[in-house]
Amino acid sequence: MNVISDPPSSAETSWRILPQGDRCLIISFGDQIDASVGKTCLAAARKLRDAQLPGVTDVVPSFVAVAVHYRPDGLGNGPTYAGLAERIEALLADGIPADASGGREVDIPVCYGGEHGPDLADVAQAAGLTPEDVIQLHSQPRSMVFMLGFAPGHAYLGVHDEKLNIPRRPSPRTAVPIGAVAVANRQTVIYPNRLPGGWNIIGATPLTMFDPAREPAALLQPGDSVRFVPISPEEFDRIKGGQL
Amino acid sequence: MSVTVIKPGMLSSFQDRGREGYQHQGIPAAGAMDERAHRLANALAGNAGDPATLEMTLTGPTLRFDAPACFALAGADLGATLNGQDIPLHRPLVARAGDTLAFGAKPAVGVRGYLAVHGGFALPAVMESETTYLRSGFGGFQGRALVKGDQVPLRAALAADRDLDALQKDLWNLRVYLPGSLGNKRREFIRFLPGMHWQEFSEATRHAFGGAEFRISPQSDRMGYRLLGPALSMSQPRQMLSEAACFGTVQVPSGGEAIILMADRQTTGGYPKIAQIATVDLPVLAQYAPGQTLRFQLIELDEAQRLDGERERAFNQLHQALEPLRGLLAQN
Repeated sequence: MNVISDPPSSAETSWRILPQGDRCLIISFGDQIDASVGKTCLAAARKLRDAQLPGVTDVVPSFVAVAVHYRPDGLGNGPTYAGLAERIEALLADGIPADASGGREVDIPVCYGGEHGPDLADVAQAAGLTPEDVIQLHSQPRSMVFMLGFAPGHAYLGVHDEKLNIPRRPSPRTAVPIGAVAVANRQTVIYPNRLPGGWNIIGATPLTMFDPAREPAALLQPGDSVRFVPISPEEFDRIKGGQL
Repeated sequence: MSVTVIKPGMLSSFQDRGREGYQHQGIPAAGAMDERAHRLANALAGNAGDPATLEMTLTGPTLRFDAPACFALAGADLGATLNGQDIPLHRPLVARAGDTLAFGAKPAVGVRGYLAVHGGFALPAVMESETTYLRSGFGGFQGRALVKGDQVPLRAALAADRDLDALQKDLWNLRVYLPGSLGNKRREFIRFLPGMHWQEFSEATRHAFGGAEFRISPQSDRMGYRLLGPALSMSQPRQMLSEAACFGTVQVPSGGEAIILMADRQTTGGYPKIAQIATVDLPVLAQYAPGQTLRFQLIELDEAQRLDGERERAFNQLHQALEPLRGLLAQN
Protein backbone atom coordinates (compact mmCIF):
# COMPACT_ATOMS: atom_id res chain seq x y z
CA MET A 1 0.00 0.00 0.00
CA ASN A 2 1.41 3.35 -0.99
CA VAL A 3 0.07 6.00 1.37
CA ILE A 4 1.91 8.86 -0.29
CA SER A 5 -0.52 10.01 -2.94
CA ASP A 6 -0.01 12.35 -5.86
CA PRO A 7 0.62 16.02 -5.25
CA PRO A 8 -2.51 18.01 -4.57
CA SER A 9 -3.92 20.34 -7.17
CA SER A 10 -5.68 23.53 -6.20
CA ALA A 11 -8.49 22.86 -8.63
CA GLU A 12 -9.97 20.21 -6.37
CA THR A 13 -8.80 21.67 -3.06
CA SER A 14 -11.08 23.73 -0.89
CA TRP A 15 -10.40 25.37 2.45
CA ARG A 16 -11.96 27.47 5.15
CA ILE A 17 -10.14 30.22 7.05
CA LEU A 18 -11.23 30.95 10.62
CA PRO A 19 -9.77 33.12 13.39
CA GLN A 20 -8.34 31.42 16.48
CA GLY A 21 -8.34 34.43 18.71
CA ASP A 22 -6.63 37.69 17.78
CA ARG A 23 -3.15 36.38 16.91
CA CYS A 24 -3.71 33.16 15.00
CA LEU A 25 -5.86 31.89 12.16
CA ILE A 26 -6.53 28.36 11.06
CA ILE A 27 -6.93 27.20 7.49
CA SER A 28 -8.93 24.01 7.45
CA PHE A 29 -8.62 21.61 4.49
CA GLY A 30 -10.89 18.80 5.66
CA ASP A 31 -11.90 16.81 8.70
CA GLN A 32 -10.65 13.26 8.03
CA ILE A 33 -7.10 11.93 8.27
CA ASP A 34 -5.98 11.28 4.76
CA ALA A 35 -2.53 11.31 3.16
CA SER A 36 -3.56 13.61 0.34
CA VAL A 37 -5.15 16.16 2.71
CA GLY A 38 -2.03 15.89 4.86
CA LYS A 39 0.16 16.63 1.85
CA THR A 40 -2.02 19.60 0.95
CA CYS A 41 -1.53 20.99 4.46
CA LEU A 42 2.24 20.61 4.20
CA ALA A 43 2.35 22.18 0.73
CA ALA A 44 0.16 25.08 1.82
CA ALA A 45 2.30 25.58 4.93
CA ARG A 46 5.45 25.62 2.77
CA LYS A 47 3.93 28.17 0.42
CA LEU A 48 2.83 30.42 3.28
CA ARG A 49 6.21 30.17 4.98
CA ASP A 50 8.02 31.01 1.74
CA ALA A 51 5.74 34.03 1.26
CA GLN A 52 7.20 35.54 4.47
CA LEU A 53 4.06 37.51 5.23
CA PRO A 54 4.83 40.45 7.53
CA GLY A 55 4.02 39.77 11.18
CA VAL A 56 3.68 36.00 10.69
CA THR A 57 5.80 34.13 13.25
CA ASP A 58 4.87 30.45 12.94
CA VAL A 59 3.15 28.33 10.31
CA VAL A 60 2.06 25.04 11.85
CA PRO A 61 0.62 22.26 9.71
CA SER A 62 -1.40 19.49 11.35
CA PHE A 63 -3.48 16.58 9.96
CA VAL A 64 -6.16 18.61 8.20
CA ALA A 65 -5.29 22.23 8.91
CA VAL A 66 -2.58 24.86 8.89
CA ALA A 67 -2.29 27.43 11.67
CA VAL A 68 -0.74 30.84 11.02
CA HIS A 69 0.46 32.67 14.16
CA TYR A 70 1.01 36.41 13.83
CA ARG A 71 1.83 39.50 15.88
CA PRO A 72 1.09 43.18 15.46
CA ASP A 73 4.27 45.11 14.67
CA GLY A 74 5.93 47.51 17.07
CA LEU A 75 3.90 50.39 15.71
CA GLY A 76 0.62 48.71 16.51
CA ASN A 77 -0.13 48.15 12.86
CA GLY A 78 0.78 44.89 11.21
CA PRO A 79 -1.58 42.12 10.29
CA THR A 80 -5.18 41.91 11.35
CA TYR A 81 -7.26 38.80 10.89
CA ALA A 82 -9.25 40.28 8.02
CA GLY A 83 -6.19 41.53 6.15
CA LEU A 84 -4.16 38.38 6.65
CA ALA A 85 -7.05 36.06 5.73
CA GLU A 86 -7.47 37.99 2.49
CA ARG A 87 -3.78 37.68 1.59
CA ILE A 88 -3.75 33.98 2.41
CA GLU A 89 -6.91 33.40 0.41
CA ALA A 90 -5.28 35.02 -2.61
CA LEU A 91 -2.03 33.08 -2.17
CA LEU A 92 -3.81 29.75 -1.92
CA ALA A 93 -6.20 30.50 -4.79
CA ASP A 94 -3.12 31.11 -6.91
CA GLY A 95 -2.28 27.42 -6.49
CA ILE A 96 -0.68 25.14 -3.92
CA PRO A 97 2.39 23.61 -5.54
CA ALA A 98 3.57 20.19 -4.47
CA ASP A 99 6.15 20.33 -1.72
CA ALA A 100 9.28 19.65 -3.77
CA SER A 101 11.78 20.16 -0.98
CA GLY A 102 10.04 17.99 1.60
CA GLY A 103 9.49 14.29 1.61
CA ARG A 104 12.94 12.96 2.49
CA GLU A 105 13.07 9.18 2.80
CA VAL A 106 14.13 8.21 6.30
CA ASP A 107 14.72 4.76 7.79
CA ILE A 108 13.81 4.39 11.45
CA PRO A 109 15.15 1.21 13.05
CA VAL A 110 12.64 -0.30 15.47
CA CYS A 111 13.08 -3.14 17.93
CA TYR A 112 9.56 -4.61 18.09
CA GLY A 113 8.05 -6.47 21.04
CA GLY A 114 9.74 -7.73 24.17
CA GLU A 115 10.75 -5.15 26.73
CA HIS A 116 10.85 -2.46 24.02
CA GLY A 117 7.28 -3.14 22.87
CA PRO A 118 5.20 -4.24 25.85
CA ASP A 119 1.86 -3.74 24.07
CA LEU A 120 2.67 -5.66 20.86
CA ALA A 121 0.77 -8.79 21.98
CA ASP A 122 -2.28 -6.74 23.01
CA VAL A 123 -2.32 -4.92 19.69
CA ALA A 124 -2.04 -8.21 17.79
CA GLN A 125 -4.88 -9.67 19.78
CA ALA A 126 -7.10 -6.62 19.32
CA ALA A 127 -6.41 -6.70 15.58
CA GLY A 128 -6.94 -10.46 15.30
CA LEU A 129 -3.40 -10.90 14.00
CA THR A 130 -0.13 -12.46 15.09
CA PRO A 131 2.59 -10.13 16.45
CA GLU A 132 4.60 -10.92 13.29
CA ASP A 133 1.67 -9.74 11.14
CA VAL A 134 1.51 -6.48 13.10
CA ILE A 135 5.24 -5.90 12.61
CA GLN A 136 4.89 -6.58 8.90
CA LEU A 137 1.87 -4.28 8.49
CA HIS A 138 3.71 -1.59 10.40
CA SER A 139 7.11 -1.86 8.72
CA GLN A 140 6.35 -2.84 5.13
CA PRO A 141 4.64 0.25 3.69
CA ARG A 142 6.11 3.68 3.99
CA SER A 143 4.51 6.05 6.47
CA MET A 144 4.21 9.79 6.15
CA VAL A 145 5.09 12.27 8.89
CA PHE A 146 1.88 14.32 9.14
CA MET A 147 2.97 16.67 11.86
CA LEU A 148 5.18 17.30 14.84
CA GLY A 149 3.31 18.36 17.93
CA PHE A 150 2.57 17.76 21.61
CA ALA A 151 6.29 17.92 22.51
CA PRO A 152 9.52 18.94 20.73
CA GLY A 153 10.18 16.58 17.83
CA HIS A 154 7.16 14.40 18.66
CA ALA A 155 6.17 12.93 15.28
CA TYR A 156 2.76 11.69 14.17
CA LEU A 157 2.91 9.19 11.28
CA GLY A 158 0.41 7.24 9.23
CA VAL A 159 -1.89 6.28 7.76
CA HIS A 160 -1.52 2.58 8.59
CA ASP A 161 -3.55 -0.37 7.35
CA GLU A 162 -7.15 -0.42 8.60
CA LYS A 163 -6.34 -3.52 10.62
CA LEU A 164 -4.22 -1.26 12.83
CA ASN A 165 -7.21 0.88 13.73
CA ILE A 166 -6.72 0.15 17.43
CA PRO A 167 -7.94 2.60 20.08
CA ARG A 168 -5.62 4.10 22.66
CA ARG A 169 -5.16 2.28 25.94
CA PRO A 170 -7.98 2.90 28.43
CA SER A 171 -5.62 4.45 30.94
CA PRO A 172 -2.51 6.33 29.81
CA ARG A 173 0.93 5.58 31.22
CA THR A 174 2.37 8.43 33.27
CA ALA A 175 5.76 7.97 31.63
CA VAL A 176 6.51 6.39 28.27
CA PRO A 177 10.23 5.75 27.70
CA ILE A 178 12.31 7.76 25.22
CA GLY A 179 12.17 6.32 21.72
CA ALA A 180 8.94 4.36 22.24
CA VAL A 181 7.12 3.61 18.98
CA ALA A 182 3.41 3.46 19.68
CA VAL A 183 0.27 2.98 17.60
CA ALA A 184 -3.41 3.94 17.80
CA ASN A 185 -6.14 4.79 15.30
CA ARG A 186 -4.01 3.87 12.24
CA GLN A 187 -1.25 6.22 13.38
CA THR A 188 2.16 5.95 14.99
CA VAL A 189 3.85 8.33 17.37
CA ILE A 190 7.52 8.23 18.34
CA TYR A 191 8.24 9.62 21.80
CA PRO A 192 11.29 11.92 21.69
CA ASN A 193 11.33 12.21 25.45
CA ARG A 194 10.01 10.61 28.59
CA LEU A 195 6.39 11.72 28.40
CA PRO A 196 2.96 10.61 29.53
CA GLY A 197 1.05 8.73 26.82
CA GLY A 198 -1.87 6.43 26.16
CA TRP A 199 -0.78 4.92 22.84
CA ASN A 200 0.04 1.22 22.44
CA ILE A 201 3.80 0.71 22.58
CA ILE A 202 4.82 -1.89 20.02
CA GLY A 203 8.56 -1.15 19.88
CA ALA A 204 11.32 1.39 20.35
CA THR A 205 13.88 3.14 18.18
CA PRO A 206 17.44 3.69 19.40
CA LEU A 207 17.69 6.94 17.41
CA THR A 208 17.66 10.33 19.15
CA MET A 209 14.49 11.94 17.86
CA PHE A 210 15.13 15.39 19.33
CA ASP A 211 18.32 17.20 20.29
CA PRO A 212 18.16 20.98 20.79
CA ALA A 213 21.87 21.21 19.94
CA ARG A 214 21.31 19.63 16.53
CA GLU A 215 20.22 21.52 13.39
CA PRO A 216 17.42 20.81 12.80
CA ALA A 217 16.72 19.69 16.34
CA ALA A 218 13.99 17.25 15.27
CA LEU A 219 15.11 14.12 13.39
CA LEU A 220 11.86 13.88 11.44
CA GLN A 221 10.19 16.75 9.60
CA PRO A 222 6.60 16.98 8.43
CA GLY A 223 6.34 15.42 4.98
CA ASP A 224 9.15 12.91 5.48
CA SER A 225 8.48 9.40 4.23
CA VAL A 226 9.50 6.84 6.82
CA ARG A 227 10.24 3.14 6.66
CA PHE A 228 10.33 1.33 9.99
CA VAL A 229 13.14 -1.22 9.82
CA PRO A 230 12.83 -4.12 12.29
CA ILE A 231 16.00 -4.70 14.32
CA SER A 232 17.02 -7.09 17.09
CA PRO A 233 17.53 -6.07 20.73
CA GLU A 234 21.30 -6.49 20.15
CA GLU A 235 21.21 -4.09 17.22
CA PHE A 236 19.15 -1.68 19.32
CA ASP A 237 21.83 -1.66 22.02
CA ARG A 238 24.61 -1.36 19.46
CA ILE A 239 23.01 1.67 17.70
CA LYS A 240 22.05 3.28 20.99
CA GLY A 241 25.58 2.81 22.34
CA GLY A 242 27.12 4.14 19.13
CA GLN A 243 25.30 7.44 19.47
CA LEU A 244 26.70 8.23 22.88
CA MET B 1 30.54 40.46 35.56
CA SER B 2 27.75 38.30 36.87
CA VAL B 3 24.89 37.87 39.29
CA THR B 4 25.22 35.16 41.95
CA VAL B 5 22.17 33.29 43.20
CA ILE B 6 22.13 33.25 47.01
CA LYS B 7 18.59 31.82 47.14
CA PRO B 8 16.80 30.70 43.99
CA GLY B 9 13.19 31.57 44.98
CA MET B 10 10.25 29.35 44.12
CA LEU B 11 10.66 29.28 40.33
CA SER B 12 12.99 31.76 38.69
CA SER B 13 13.70 31.25 35.00
CA PHE B 14 14.87 33.41 32.13
CA GLN B 15 12.20 34.25 29.57
CA ASP B 16 11.95 36.46 26.52
CA ARG B 17 9.03 36.97 24.17
CA GLY B 18 9.16 33.31 23.20
CA ARG B 19 10.76 31.02 20.69
CA GLU B 20 9.22 31.90 17.36
CA GLY B 21 9.36 29.99 14.11
CA TYR B 22 9.83 26.45 15.44
CA GLN B 23 6.34 25.38 16.41
CA HIS B 24 6.05 23.18 13.31
CA GLN B 25 8.82 21.07 14.85
CA GLY B 26 6.72 20.64 17.97
CA ILE B 27 8.85 23.15 19.87
CA PRO B 28 6.75 25.21 22.27
CA ALA B 29 7.05 28.99 22.10
CA ALA B 30 7.36 29.29 25.90
CA GLY B 31 8.36 32.88 26.81
CA ALA B 32 7.27 35.23 29.58
CA MET B 33 3.89 34.51 31.16
CA ASP B 34 3.31 38.26 31.55
CA GLU B 35 4.86 39.48 28.33
CA ARG B 36 3.78 43.03 29.04
CA ALA B 37 5.74 43.15 32.31
CA HIS B 38 8.75 41.42 30.72
CA ARG B 39 8.90 44.05 27.97
CA LEU B 40 8.30 46.86 30.42
CA ALA B 41 11.20 45.73 32.63
CA ASN B 42 13.44 45.60 29.58
CA ALA B 43 12.41 49.03 28.36
CA LEU B 44 12.97 50.55 31.81
CA ALA B 45 16.42 48.96 32.05
CA GLY B 46 17.28 50.78 28.84
CA ASN B 47 17.15 47.77 26.55
CA ALA B 48 15.96 48.31 23.00
CA GLY B 49 15.76 44.66 21.96
CA ASP B 50 14.28 41.65 23.69
CA PRO B 51 16.93 40.07 25.93
CA ALA B 52 15.58 37.55 28.43
CA THR B 53 14.47 38.86 31.82
CA LEU B 54 14.33 36.80 35.00
CA GLU B 55 10.75 35.67 35.61
CA MET B 56 10.33 35.24 39.37
CA THR B 57 7.34 33.42 40.83
CA LEU B 58 5.70 34.45 44.13
CA THR B 59 8.77 33.88 46.33
CA GLY B 60 11.49 35.85 44.63
CA PRO B 61 15.19 34.95 44.73
CA THR B 62 18.06 36.58 46.60
CA LEU B 63 20.74 37.72 44.19
CA ARG B 64 24.14 39.36 44.59
CA PHE B 65 25.48 41.67 41.92
CA ASP B 66 29.17 40.98 41.37
CA ALA B 67 29.51 43.99 39.08
CA PRO B 68 27.74 47.35 38.86
CA ALA B 69 24.58 47.19 36.77
CA CYS B 70 21.43 49.07 35.89
CA PHE B 71 18.28 47.05 36.47
CA ALA B 72 14.50 47.44 36.55
CA LEU B 73 11.57 45.49 37.97
CA ALA B 74 8.07 45.07 36.57
CA GLY B 75 5.06 42.82 36.94
CA ALA B 76 4.02 41.55 40.37
CA ASP B 77 5.18 43.47 43.42
CA LEU B 78 7.16 40.76 45.21
CA GLY B 79 8.49 43.08 47.92
CA ALA B 80 11.89 43.93 46.44
CA THR B 81 14.75 45.33 48.51
CA LEU B 82 18.29 46.35 47.64
CA ASN B 83 20.61 45.88 50.62
CA GLY B 84 17.50 45.77 52.81
CA GLN B 85 15.99 49.03 51.51
CA ASP B 86 12.62 48.91 49.73
CA ILE B 87 12.92 49.66 46.01
CA PRO B 88 10.18 50.58 43.58
CA LEU B 89 8.87 48.82 40.48
CA HIS B 90 8.99 50.53 37.11
CA ARG B 91 12.21 52.54 37.68
CA PRO B 92 15.73 52.17 36.30
CA LEU B 93 17.94 51.51 39.35
CA VAL B 94 21.65 51.14 39.99
CA ALA B 95 23.27 48.21 41.76
CA ARG B 96 26.89 48.31 42.91
CA ALA B 97 29.22 45.33 43.01
CA GLY B 98 28.33 43.42 46.18
CA ASP B 99 24.76 44.72 46.42
CA THR B 100 22.07 42.19 47.37
CA LEU B 101 18.69 42.19 45.66
CA ALA B 102 16.11 40.30 47.70
CA PHE B 103 12.35 39.83 47.66
CA GLY B 104 9.63 39.05 50.16
CA ALA B 105 9.87 42.13 52.38
CA LYS B 106 6.07 42.34 52.13
CA PRO B 107 3.30 40.04 50.84
CA ALA B 108 3.30 39.63 47.09
CA VAL B 109 0.72 41.42 44.97
CA GLY B 110 0.36 39.25 41.88
CA VAL B 111 2.35 36.16 41.08
CA ARG B 112 5.14 36.90 38.62
CA GLY B 113 7.78 39.61 38.77
CA TYR B 114 10.38 40.41 36.11
CA LEU B 115 13.96 41.54 36.56
CA ALA B 116 15.74 43.09 33.60
CA VAL B 117 19.36 44.23 33.56
CA HIS B 118 20.74 46.76 31.11
CA GLY B 119 22.40 44.88 28.25
CA GLY B 120 20.72 41.64 29.24
CA PHE B 121 22.03 38.48 30.87
CA ALA B 122 24.68 36.72 28.78
CA LEU B 123 22.69 33.65 27.77
CA PRO B 124 23.29 31.58 24.65
CA ALA B 125 20.47 31.68 22.10
CA VAL B 126 18.93 28.29 21.41
CA MET B 127 16.92 28.33 18.21
CA GLU B 128 17.17 32.12 18.14
CA SER B 129 15.72 32.64 21.60
CA GLU B 130 17.00 32.99 25.17
CA THR B 131 13.79 31.67 26.66
CA THR B 132 13.89 28.64 28.97
CA TYR B 133 11.71 25.69 28.05
CA LEU B 134 11.72 23.99 31.44
CA ARG B 135 9.93 20.80 30.45
CA SER B 136 12.56 19.77 27.90
CA GLY B 137 15.43 21.49 29.66
CA PHE B 138 16.85 23.82 27.05
CA GLY B 139 17.30 27.55 26.55
CA GLY B 140 17.83 30.23 29.19
CA PHE B 141 20.40 29.41 31.87
CA GLN B 142 21.33 25.74 31.40
CA GLY B 143 17.75 24.92 30.46
CA ARG B 144 16.46 25.12 34.00
CA ALA B 145 15.21 27.29 36.83
CA LEU B 146 17.90 28.95 38.95
CA VAL B 147 19.49 27.05 41.80
CA LYS B 148 21.63 28.27 44.69
CA GLY B 149 25.16 29.13 43.65
CA ASP B 150 24.41 29.81 39.98
CA GLN B 151 26.49 32.61 38.51
CA VAL B 152 24.69 34.24 35.63
CA PRO B 153 26.98 36.44 33.54
CA LEU B 154 25.92 39.91 32.43
CA ARG B 155 26.35 40.97 28.83
CA ALA B 156 27.20 44.60 29.60
CA ALA B 157 27.85 45.54 33.21
CA LEU B 158 28.45 49.24 33.89
CA ALA B 159 32.06 50.35 33.48
CA ALA B 160 34.06 49.96 36.71
CA ASP B 161 35.21 53.60 36.67
CA ARG B 162 31.73 54.99 36.18
CA ASP B 163 30.48 57.55 38.71
CA LEU B 164 27.56 55.50 40.03
CA ASP B 165 26.30 58.23 42.35
CA ALA B 166 25.97 60.63 39.45
CA LEU B 167 24.33 57.98 37.28
CA GLN B 168 21.86 57.08 40.00
CA LYS B 169 20.97 60.75 40.40
CA ASP B 170 20.51 61.20 36.67
CA LEU B 171 18.34 58.09 36.47
CA TRP B 172 16.30 59.25 39.42
CA ASN B 173 15.69 62.63 37.77
CA LEU B 174 14.43 61.01 34.57
CA ARG B 175 10.69 61.40 34.25
CA VAL B 176 9.19 58.11 33.13
CA TYR B 177 5.64 58.39 31.90
CA LEU B 178 4.02 54.98 31.83
CA PRO B 179 1.12 54.70 29.36
CA GLY B 180 -1.96 53.34 31.15
CA SER B 181 -2.20 50.22 29.00
CA LEU B 182 1.24 49.10 30.20
CA GLY B 183 0.71 49.26 33.98
CA ASN B 184 -0.39 46.56 36.43
CA LYS B 185 -4.11 46.98 36.03
CA ARG B 186 -6.62 44.62 37.59
CA ARG B 187 -9.69 43.66 35.61
CA GLU B 188 -13.01 42.37 36.78
CA PHE B 189 -13.44 40.30 33.62
CA ILE B 190 -11.02 38.44 31.40
CA ARG B 191 -12.10 39.02 27.82
CA PHE B 192 -12.35 36.14 25.37
CA LEU B 193 -13.16 35.37 21.76
CA PRO B 194 -15.24 32.38 20.73
CA GLY B 195 -13.06 29.29 20.20
CA MET B 196 -13.05 27.07 17.11
CA HIS B 197 -15.74 24.85 18.63
CA TRP B 198 -17.74 27.47 20.54
CA GLN B 199 -20.91 26.74 18.56
CA GLU B 200 -20.60 23.03 19.30
CA PHE B 201 -20.90 23.57 23.04
CA SER B 202 -24.38 23.43 24.55
CA GLU B 203 -26.26 26.67 25.01
CA ALA B 204 -26.15 26.27 28.78
CA THR B 205 -22.39 25.81 28.62
CA ARG B 206 -21.85 28.87 26.45
CA HIS B 207 -24.02 30.85 28.82
CA ALA B 208 -22.09 29.57 31.85
CA PHE B 209 -18.71 30.31 30.30
CA GLY B 210 -19.73 33.87 29.58
CA GLY B 211 -21.01 34.63 33.06
CA ALA B 212 -20.20 32.14 35.79
CA GLU B 213 -17.38 32.39 38.28
CA PHE B 214 -14.37 30.11 37.85
CA ARG B 215 -11.61 29.35 40.29
CA ILE B 216 -8.01 28.73 39.26
CA SER B 217 -7.07 25.24 40.38
CA PRO B 218 -3.89 24.60 42.39
CA GLN B 219 -2.93 22.30 39.48
CA SER B 220 -1.92 25.27 37.39
CA ASP B 221 1.50 26.15 36.07
CA ARG B 222 3.31 27.80 33.17
CA MET B 223 1.83 25.20 30.82
CA GLY B 224 -1.82 25.70 31.69
CA TYR B 225 -4.38 26.98 34.17
CA ARG B 226 -7.08 24.52 35.13
CA LEU B 227 -10.44 26.09 35.88
CA LEU B 228 -12.85 24.91 38.54
CA GLY B 229 -16.46 25.91 37.92
CA PRO B 230 -19.59 24.73 36.16
CA ALA B 231 -19.00 21.60 34.05
CA LEU B 232 -18.73 22.46 30.36
CA SER B 233 -20.07 20.10 27.71
CA MET B 234 -20.58 19.89 23.98
CA SER B 235 -24.02 19.36 22.47
CA GLN B 236 -22.65 16.27 20.68
CA PRO B 237 -19.30 15.09 22.09
CA ARG B 238 -16.88 14.10 19.36
CA GLN B 239 -13.22 13.22 18.85
CA MET B 240 -11.01 15.95 17.41
CA LEU B 241 -7.82 15.76 15.41
CA SER B 242 -4.89 17.56 16.97
CA GLU B 243 -4.30 21.03 15.61
CA ALA B 244 -2.35 24.10 16.61
CA ALA B 245 -2.93 25.68 20.00
CA CYS B 246 -2.12 29.22 21.15
CA PHE B 247 -1.29 31.09 24.34
CA GLY B 248 -4.77 31.60 25.78
CA THR B 249 -6.56 28.77 23.98
CA VAL B 250 -9.21 27.34 26.30
CA GLN B 251 -9.60 23.58 25.83
CA VAL B 252 -12.27 21.41 27.39
CA PRO B 253 -11.38 17.73 27.87
CA SER B 254 -14.30 15.32 28.20
CA GLY B 255 -14.27 15.67 32.00
CA GLY B 256 -15.73 19.16 31.52
CA GLU B 257 -13.03 21.19 33.29
CA ALA B 258 -11.54 23.87 31.10
CA ILE B 259 -7.79 24.35 30.73
CA ILE B 260 -6.35 27.67 29.56
CA LEU B 261 -3.11 27.00 27.71
CA MET B 262 -0.37 29.36 28.91
CA ALA B 263 3.20 30.20 27.87
CA ASP B 264 4.66 26.67 28.05
CA ARG B 265 1.70 25.17 26.18
CA GLN B 266 2.23 22.30 23.77
CA THR B 267 2.20 23.35 20.10
CA THR B 268 -0.85 21.26 19.23
CA GLY B 269 -3.83 19.97 21.14
CA GLY B 270 -6.66 17.56 20.43
CA TYR B 271 -9.41 18.78 22.76
CA PRO B 272 -12.34 20.95 21.74
CA LYS B 273 -11.62 24.66 22.02
CA ILE B 274 -14.36 26.67 23.64
CA ALA B 275 -12.63 30.04 23.75
CA GLN B 276 -9.51 32.07 23.14
CA ILE B 277 -8.44 34.66 25.70
CA ALA B 278 -7.88 38.09 24.14
CA THR B 279 -4.12 38.74 23.94
CA VAL B 280 -4.49 42.08 25.69
CA ASP B 281 -5.76 40.31 28.86
CA LEU B 282 -3.21 37.47 28.99
CA PRO B 283 -0.84 39.49 31.24
CA VAL B 284 -3.68 40.01 33.73
CA LEU B 285 -4.43 36.29 33.69
CA ALA B 286 -0.73 35.47 34.15
CA GLN B 287 -0.80 37.34 37.47
CA TYR B 288 -3.70 35.29 38.88
CA ALA B 289 -2.74 32.92 41.67
CA PRO B 290 -4.21 29.45 42.19
CA GLY B 291 -7.37 29.77 44.28
CA GLN B 292 -8.35 33.16 42.88
CA THR B 293 -11.66 33.48 41.08
CA LEU B 294 -12.37 35.13 37.75
CA ARG B 295 -15.12 35.73 35.22
CA PHE B 296 -15.02 35.87 31.46
CA GLN B 297 -16.58 38.34 29.07
CA LEU B 298 -17.02 38.08 25.31
CA ILE B 299 -15.20 40.59 23.11
CA GLU B 300 -15.36 41.15 19.36
CA LEU B 301 -12.31 40.23 17.26
CA ASP B 302 -11.92 43.76 15.87
CA GLU B 303 -11.96 45.21 19.36
CA ALA B 304 -9.45 42.64 20.66
CA GLN B 305 -7.09 43.46 17.79
CA ARG B 306 -7.56 47.19 18.31
CA LEU B 307 -6.60 46.88 22.00
CA ASP B 308 -3.65 44.63 21.15
CA GLY B 309 -2.41 47.15 18.59
CA GLU B 310 -2.93 50.00 21.04
CA ARG B 311 -0.62 48.29 23.53
CA GLU B 312 2.02 47.86 20.82
CA ARG B 313 1.79 51.58 20.05
CA ALA B 314 2.13 52.36 23.75
CA PHE B 315 5.33 50.31 23.88
CA ASN B 316 6.60 52.14 20.85
CA GLN B 317 5.88 55.50 22.50
CA LEU B 318 7.55 54.37 25.71
CA HIS B 319 10.68 53.33 23.84
CA GLN B 320 10.84 56.70 22.14
CA ALA B 321 10.35 58.47 25.46
CA LEU B 322 13.17 56.42 27.02
CA GLU B 323 15.73 57.56 24.47
CA PRO B 324 17.45 59.77 27.13
CA LEU B 325 17.72 56.74 29.44
CA ARG B 326 19.44 54.67 26.79
CA GLY B 327 21.67 57.67 26.10
CA LEU B 328 22.71 57.90 29.75
CA LEU B 329 23.51 54.20 29.96
CA ALA B 330 25.41 54.22 26.69
CA GLN B 331 28.00 56.65 28.14
CA ASN B 332 30.13 53.83 29.34
